[in-house]
Amino acid sequence: MAKEDTSEFQANQKIHRTVKLVVTLALLLLFFVVGSKAQKDAARAGGETSSASPTANPSSGKNSCLECHQAMGDQLAAPIAAMAEDIHGKRGLSCANCHGGDPTADDPTQAMNPGKGFVARPKPAEVARFCGKCHSNAETMKRFNPAQRIDQESEYSSSVHGKRIKQGDTKPATCISCHGHHGIRAVSDPQAPVYPLNVAQTCGGCHANTDYMRAYGIPTDQLQKYSQSVHANALLKKRDLSAPTCNDCHGNHGATPPGVGSVSNVCGTCHARQAELFEKSPHQAPFAAAAMAGCVVCHNNHQILLPSDEMLGSGATAVCSTCHTEDAGAQGAQKMRGLIEELNHHIHQTEGLLTQASIAGMEVSRPIFELKEARDKLINARVIVHNFSPNAIETAINQGLEITGKAHQAGQEALNEMQFRRKGLATSLLVILLAIAAIYLKIRQLERH
Amino acid sequence: MNLSAITTWVNDRAGLEPLRALAHKKTVPLHRHSVWYYFGGMTLFLFAIQVGTGILLLLYYRPSAENAFESVQFIMTEVRFGWLVRSIHSWSANLMIATMFVHMFSAYLMKAYRPPRELTWVSGTLLLFIVLGFGFSGYLLPWNKLAFFATKVGTDIAGVVPGIGTFLLRFLRGGDEVTGATLTRFYGFHVAVLPALVTAILFVHLYFVQQRGMSVPPSLAGKPLQTMKFVPNFFLRDLMGWLLALGALAALAALFPWELGEKADAFASAPAGIKPEWFFVFMFQTLKYLPAKIGAVDGEVLGILAFGGGGLFWLLVPFLDRQSAQGKSSRWFTLIGILILLYIVGMTIVGYAE
Repeated sequence: MAKEDTSEFQANQKIHRTVKLVVTLALLLLFFVVGSKAQKDAARAGGETSSASPTANPSSGKNSCLECHQAMGDQLAAPIAAMAEDIHGKRGLSCANCHGGDPTADDPTQAMNPGKGFVARPKPAEVARFCGKCHSNAETMKRFNPAQRIDQESEYSSSVHGKRIKQGDTKPATCISCHGHHGIRAVSDPQAPVYPLNVAQTCGGCHANTDYMRAYGIPTDQLQKYSQSVHANALLKKRDLSAPTCNDCHGNHGATPPGVGSVSNVCGTCHARQAELFEKSPHQAPFAAAAMAGCVVCHNNHQILLPSDEMLGSGATAVCSTCHTEDAGAQGAQKMRGLIEELNHHIHQTEGLLTQASIAGMEVSRPIFELKEARDKLINARVIVHNFSPNAIETAINQGLEITGKAHQAGQEALNEMQFRRKGLATSLLVILLAIAAIYLKIRQLERH
Repeated sequence: MNLSAITTWVNDRAGLEPLRALAHKKTVPLHRHSVWYYFGGMTLFLFAIQVGTGILLLLYYRPSAENAFESVQFIMTEVRFGWLVRSIHSWSANLMIATMFVHMFSAYLMKAYRPPRELTWVSGTLLLFIVLGFGFSGYLLPWNKLAFFATKVGTDIAGVVPGIGTFLLRFLRGGDEVTGATLTRFYGFHVAVLPALVTAILFVHLYFVQQRGMSVPPSLAGKPLQTMKFVPNFFLRDLMGWLLALGALAALAALFPWELGEKADAFASAPAGIKPEWFFVFMFQTLKYLPAKIGAVDGEVLGILAFGGGGLFWLLVPFLDRQSAQGKSSRWFTLIGILILLYIVGMTIVGYAE
């Protein structure tokens, strides 16, 4: 009995041990599977963090790029200092986010392993894609700036620069030619080469360089001409950031010379009314037929000067006389010039009269205010010129002349009134002096007695 | 009916004989400082011009933020002789304040406040405060840019008065900001409240002058002095002065018509170098020069308290100058008066030179 009990006990013990072993193995397997999945999730999570976070290895914070380049110094360390002011650096991005590689590796061959995506210096043709990895990716860009456009790369491919690069030319501009590298600043940063006040110089860096541009056979005087223009004057001297620079007409990433057909659209972006009037004008069709590029025919392209009334008419300074000599067009141009000059002359004359009255202390603020409307009519007439209709200009000018006439009359009346006052003053002073003299004589008479 | 018959007829009914007797009895002492006596009458004449021209302006002036500027512009350009009435009103106001200052300082330096003329002095000082109130309230009425911002600054200063500043600011402005409500209020002060006060106090002032006659400087008191009959001798001389003042006003109005400026715009930025009217410049300049803190107290608050104290001192001078009251020489008060005069003139010049 005891032997049977013992063997039964031993059998039970064996079963227990087997169950224990199985459970332990099962648990170990479970831990392995769960652990392995967790490790994969963690690795995936870590990867995502890496692309969005400033450091290449957030867990360790290690960045072997910085360590080595800092140690090597000089030119190789220069990007580190430049990155302190770089918008990417400021947003927490680091070397590997653009150049790839493994910043956790101490071994340079591993850290700069092309197999790990390392690109030391992209070739010109690769630059747009190099930057476009992030800048064309809506998901990536919206994490930094939800309003940021992501079409720069595709726009660039439509530009003359992009097309030439694609054809194997290495000289045309890529992203870094204008924006710089290791030290890229936001467009709104006044030190950025693409800040509105700096754009012309940035483009001129290549386009004003005769040696650099020789192979392309295009002019290199754009910068010099632009700097004399009314636009440059407004932008660079008056610091009016709404005034156009190169990219406002040519596009920035898609930089292309506007075609003949699109010039008035380009200018019309700002000068909408002039463009609209020109489109309806008798010049539109013949210009298009003769492949004449709208606005620039009269106003030039880069050297757009402040328009003046002298541009109208048939004189030596008149742009109309380039095409019209003694025809009806020349007569119409001469008539428009005459009308505009007439109103301008009347406004100046009336201004002088009102100033004279005002200096004399006469209250002429109302006609001075009303004269502003006449000036508006003159400006309007100068705009209507783009419709090249003398009759339309005559209507606007007549309205201005009517206002000027009333203001002139008010000024003349004020001066007449001033003369009347002075005569009245002289008369009243005479009466007062006589009264004083009479009183004086009366006092003497009284005190003599 | 001749003039004598009319006079008799009026006299029989109004009983003007005592007044005529007073006028005939009244004499003016003659001495080397007698010239200063003319400035009181001159101030009164200019005040009469203010009343006359002010009433004429009321015919066209419209006291609202929407219409005030335009109505003054209308007076200046469309109303026959409106320019003359408005320019004379403005010039006369300034000349009146100038002659009033001369009258006041001459009375002070001749110690005219000595007994029994203490109340003449007190009523005169009260008239000074009221006239300054006329100046401050009238300046805003054309509702132009300069006046708007000067009133803003002026009422801001009133707002700093300890204890009652906030109440005073809101009371003057009719709200927290200078608006049409301020204009209406200032108009009310200018054409109703202040004229009522000035009429009452002016009557009291003139009554005391008639009761006690002209004061002579302490150095001449008790000495036998020649006199001049007020009517007609002194009055005719007064009349000559008034006619001269009238001529000067006519010349100023015709050659330098009072400017209208630009319409007030609460949203416009304040014009550079904004200043109050010339008679407030010395106070404004002082407040500008005071440091932000003097000890634990705000400099501006201390300045306002000092001017308040100064005004009270000026009002109570007859009761403080015991030496003069006893007929003795009072060099300290002479010195104080000269220093105050120099300070006012000096700070005004500095204010305009800046």
